[in-house]
Amino acid sequence: MSATDTQPAPELHRPATQGMPMLHKAIFAALLVVLAVLPILVYPVFAMKVMCFALFAAAFNLLLGFGGLLSFGHAAYFGGASYVAAHASKVWGWSPELSILVGTLAAGILGLAIGALAIRRQGIYFAMVTLAFAQMVYFFALQAEFTGGEDGIQSVPRGSLFGLFPVDENEALYYLVLAITFGGILLLYRIVHSPFGQVLKAIRENEPRAVSLGYRVNRYKLTVFVLSATLAGLAGATKSQVFQLASLTDVHWSMSGEVVLMTLLGGVGTVFGPLLGATIVVTMQNYLASMGAWVTVIQGVIFVLGVLLFREGIIGVLSKWLKRPL
Amino acid sequence: MSVALQAKGLTKEFKGFVAVNKVDLTVEKGTIHALIGPNGAGKTTCFNLLTKFLQPTAGSITYDGRDITKMLPADIARLGMVRSFQISAVFPDLSVLQNVRVALQRRRGDSFDFWRSERELSRFDDEAQAHLDAVGLSEFTHHRAAELSYGRKRALEIATTLALDPEMLLLDEPMAGMGQEDVARTSQLIRRIAKNRTILMVEHNLKVVADLSDKITVLARGEILAEGDYATVSKSPEVVDAYIGAGHD
Ligand SMILES: Nc1ncnc2c1ncn2[C@@H]1O[C@H](COP(=O)(O)OP(=O)(O)OP(=O)(O)O)[C@@H](O)[C@H]1O
Ligand SMILES: [Mg+2]
Repeated sequence: MSATDTQPAPELHRPATQGMPMLHKAIFAALLVVLAVLPILVYPVFAMKVMCFALFAAAFNLLLGFGGLLSFGHAAYFGGASYVAAHASKVWGWSPELSILVGTLAAGILGLAIGALAIRRQGIYFAMVTLAFAQMVYFFALQAEFTGGEDGIQSVPRGSLFGLFPVDENEALYYLVLAITFGGILLLYRIVHSPFGQVLKAIRENEPRAVSLGYRVNRYKLTVFVLSATLAGLAGATKSQVFQLASLTDVHWSMSGEVVLMTLLGGVGTVFGPLLGATIVVTMQNYLASMGAWVTVIQGVIFVLGVLLFREGIIGVLSKWLKRPL
Repeated sequence: MSVALQAKGLTKEFKGFVAVNKVDLTVEKGTIHALIGPNGAGKTTCFNLLTKFLQPTAGSITYDGRDITKMLPADIARLGMVRSFQISAVFPDLSVLQNVRVALQRRRGDSFDFWRSERELSRFDDEAQAHLDAVGLSEFTHHRAAELSYGRKRALEIATTLALDPEMLLLDEPMAGMGQEDVARTSQLIRRIAKNRTILMVEHNLKVVADLSDKITVLARGEILAEGDYATVSKSPEVVDAYIGAGHD
């Protein structure tokens, strides 16, 4: 009897004991190699922007793809962390790693407060509650004293890592940003492939059944919400150090929409989809910047086409086609 | 004999429609108790009330001497009373083994450890496999649950429920959609697991009900029509009426 008759594709039904599949290891390794030499090929600030948004989209994907929760207010965590980190660097004179840390923690706390209220609602109501709170954060950023109103917080000094290694130069900062975002993405991978991630998948697949097995699902939903907000915050805080700026754009509702777009375009619930989606959207904005308002229109057209052609996102379709989770 | 589960005056109204009406139910410890009745009688609604998936409009529920009327459904499961669902309830995109493991995993307590590898869970593999063997799913360990036939999904559900080692099981039509062979095997399995457990079961297959149950409660239009052993209940004229009246086989 041939083993292939009864055994399904090994990658799809891989027993959990094998750890990260070879294919994923290979892709992560290739990504790391490309990113290590990327500043030679492209403008480092652009590459850093892509990495920050890739982390942001991956964090959002944790909530939507694995928690089954659609947040329309993730700009609150991304932008909130950006403001806190910028303030810490500029006003308190903190070194970049501490500023990023405090910004990230602030996003986590904000996520805990908003998440605790939002997870009581389902579906579209959940999305609306998250949007409403994100708008409150936006108006706070617009009105409050320390956020600088329309100007935001500008000319944020980059300082020195641990107070020792200056990261004023883009090349130096690049490798710090690479370490942070890559680490964040690996952490997200681990979260999905942890005992916690397993329960999360069960809840997403069949919530009443998970309840009947004794899982208090709201606590899992809140945990994943906080984790997602925290890592979105890590992305936003890091971005504020790259651009030396925290601005209203970071907390605007269109930022919340953009991360949804990136994730759907790349493939929700996939590992690499959000990274690709973020890369495409950021690249597009970068090269089409001269076209002004048309960027939004072109972005919309690409999004509609993308969703029509690849219902499951680019990586989602590729994954089906290759019969391998990606 | 002591009482496992007791409901008093259990009532559920859906926007004026009374689906369950003043039901008094006592399930003795260590027995197999069947809940039967025509379609739409309110059996599933009763299950939902007893396991707190629905909040009763009126009435009280005690389990193992404890008032559970105001408890949350997940906490009911933690007390040792676990239900299955009428429509097959598996985790379709998880493997068959992972389905059972999710139940075993509950024994670690909560699983909020997002920083650990899921390899941690492989220590449940052997036990999960044993539960799969018991319901005849040995060959399907690494299949996606969604790929299983209907009858096998039901078997997987039972294996998953048993993995929690509950003191009391509520099974909503555990044999619906099963072939004759599977019905026989599941009957045997239920009899075996009932040795040290309490079971409340909804089942349309009257032969199975007659075979397995110590006591039968007949429900029609939300109310209790008759109660007793199979011989008593099957002779009751109201029961015969209700079944024929509802056009049930
Ligand atoms: N959420 C709900 N809202 C409104 N009506 C409901 C709801 N759930 C059940 N009902 C109604 O309550 C009645 C009892 O339904 P229930 O599912 O409990 O019946 P059942 O005895 O399990 O039937 P079956 O043998 O078909 O499974 C039905 O008339 C049904 O339409
Ligand atoms: Mg029913």
